[in-house]
Amino acid sequence: MKMGRKTANVVRLTLSYLLLIAIAICAIYPALWVLLSSLRPGTSLFSSSLIPESFTLIHYKELFTNPSFRYGAWYLNTLKIATLTMIFSTILVTLSMYALSRFRFRGRKMTLTIMLVLGMFPGFMSMIAIFIFLLQLNLLDTHAALIIVYSAGAVLGGFVVKGFYDTIPRSLDEAARIDGASHLQVFVKIMLPLSRPMLTYVALTTFAGSWVDFIFARLVLRSKDNWTLAVGMWDLVNSYQNSNFTLFAAGAVLIAIPITLLFVFLQRFLVQGLMSGASKG
Amino acid sequence: MKRHRSTAAIFSLLVMGLGQLYNRQFIKGLIMLAVEAAALMYFIPNLGRAIWGIVTLGEKTQGLEKIGKISVRVEGDHSIFLLISGLITLFLFILFIIIYIMNIRDAYRNGKQRDEGVLPASFRQTLAYVTDRNFPHLMLTLPALGVLFLTIMPIIFMVMLAFTNYASPDHIPPAKLVDWVGFQTFANLLTLKTWSHTFIGVFTWTIIWAVIATVTTYFGGLLVALLIEQKGIRFKKLWRTLFIIPYAIPQLISLLVMRNLFNGQFGPINQYLGYFGMGKLPWLTDPFWAKVTVILVNMWVGIPVSMVLILGVLTAIPKDLYEAADVDGATGIQKFRIITIPFVLFSTAPILITQFAGNINNFNVIFLLTNGDPVKGDYQFAGSTDLLVTWLYKLTLNNSQFNMASAIGIIIFIIVATFSIYNYRRTRSFKEEDMIQ
Repeated sequence: MKMGRKTANVVRLTLSYLLLIAIAICAIYPALWVLLSSLRPGTSLFSSSLIPESFTLIHYKELFTNPSFRYGAWYLNTLKIATLTMIFSTILVTLSMYALSRFRFRGRKMTLTIMLVLGMFPGFMSMIAIFIFLLQLNLLDTHAALIIVYSAGAVLGGFVVKGFYDTIPRSLDEAARIDGASHLQVFVKIMLPLSRPMLTYVALTTFAGSWVDFIFARLVLRSKDNWTLAVGMWDLVNSYQNSNFTLFAAGAVLIAIPITLLFVFLQRFLVQGLMSGASKG
Repeated sequence: MKRHRSTAAIFSLLVMGLGQLYNRQFIKGLIMLAVEAAALMYFIPNLGRAIWGIVTLGEKTQGLEKIGKISVRVEGDHSIFLLISGLITLFLFILFIIIYIMNIRDAYRNGKQRDEGVLPASFRQTLAYVTDRNFPHLMLTLPALGVLFLTIMPIIFMVMLAFTNYASPDHIPPAKLVDWVGFQTFANLLTLKTWSHTFIGVFTWTIIWAVIATVTTYFGGLLVALLIEQKGIRFKKLWRTLFIIPYAIPQLISLLVMRNLFNGQFGPINQYLGYFGMGKLPWLTDPFWAKVTVILVNMWVGIPVSMVLILGVLTAIPKDLYEAADVDGATGIQKFRIITIPFVLFSTAPILITQFAGNINNFNVIFLLTNGDPVKGDYQFAGSTDLLVTWLYKLTLNNSQFNMASAIGIIIFIIVATFSIYNYRRTRSFKEEDMIQ
């Protein structure tokens, strides 16, 4: 009897490990494949084996030297836009959600409801209007336009942050208020240090969001020099994908690496953010 | 005794800032006067034209006019610019009215203070008061303005478009004018054979897709989470990190890569199928298989998120529940069925609905992977895997059917809103019941 249970246990564990390994292969395979493809000589999509016979960095070099794309400039553009968007939207989101979570004022309920309702419209339904709006403000083809639109859009996704502030006990800031701290001091000295996981989560998601957005960026950025990576990549795919797959692979790897590393290293914060978003529905 | 309050209010009603000046709050008063002057300078030439623009959408068509012997091209009204700039002006006007009302109330309040013998606040005191009592409003002003002009205004604009005939080929400015047509667009969408056929087809697939995509990723995530959390499994953290990778790679990249992986001619998936002696599958080119591919790839993208969430819930299950079950002599399967599953389902039910709503709008997976293809001949501008959102996108950017696109956007909104409101209510009742936590 005892033996039976033991063998059953071994069988269960073996099966589980096999399954886990199979899932792990599925999870990693696409990334591995594109990475190895980017190191393969030649340009074709087809290769007889996963691991190439010889390795080369020529495709990475071509990305930066080929005159028909300006990968270096795009990388800098994207870095600039993503960093500024991250800074602005983190500030905007934390401040406004702190206000919505902590203070009771007239119109608060309505503000929350409006945010909820606005979130239900398909995002790019507003594209055309924003396009004309930017045209009239003479902001088309500028990076400022993208940064403004991304940052303003980030506020609507701030429910996670509000949920987070809801969980911090009010007695903390009330004590500080009694000691004579101003609202801004309470926020900077007490709330900000406490909300580090949340700040990381917001910063990370907004950075990643603007790093990869191509829908809106493609609409706003008209000249090739101003493009972001995502737009350039999109163009690369549409014009070269079949004829020059390895080049595409190299570009893809360079775009994905920063985001993927950030996500994997900051996993803990990501999980916390996802969870607190979830428990608030 | 009521002298000051009514005088100040009446002064402010006449000209913004005058009441403040009367209350001897000079800096505030002067700032308000400047605001009013700027506002008047903007609104006097623009407001009338804005209302005219929105009501008529322009009257003059672009055309040739004979001046003497040569015909000259005369610019007509651009209906869409008129509509949008009219909207912006109206929004600014509403803001101005709100500030105006606040100005009157402020003058009244300070006048009342003076009636009670209190000196009106100096400019510095006012600033201190604003940053203290009105701190939340101050914090929300900038985001609110951003949302107002970059989200609310565009949405209102698009909703209005659904009631016009703004569509290619006959009503595209600047060459032609656009007109209000009431509910004609919706009627066309539902009754004109070509449109209604596409709409019903795309709508049905959207719902099927949302259900399958939600269920597969949810239960896939549950399965993976349970596998990792089993007793006796080692390297839990390593597995979790490995499985989170699909979530960490930007969708833009992973989906474009998938498009190549599933390439029918040269893609490695078909290559491997060949090794096992199976024929090539038309992953992206056959209507049925394209749907299968989309769902498979979506599982790859979506399972990690569900996994992370469910892992979190699993660690939150109180251990004493299991201990109590042990005392009662429950087997592993019984514990799983009676404790684990109900607990997980109960605390993740709201997410399930959110994910369902999200999948209805899942633009990335469809657009980047199949672009809505393979093309379906009897559809209006849509392919076999197109969802309502991707159809909307194509109608807007490729086919200039703006009014139809807006109508579809409104329909998507109604669907998503229904589910979300239902969900919101339920979550509320969950919380009030306090069954968990």
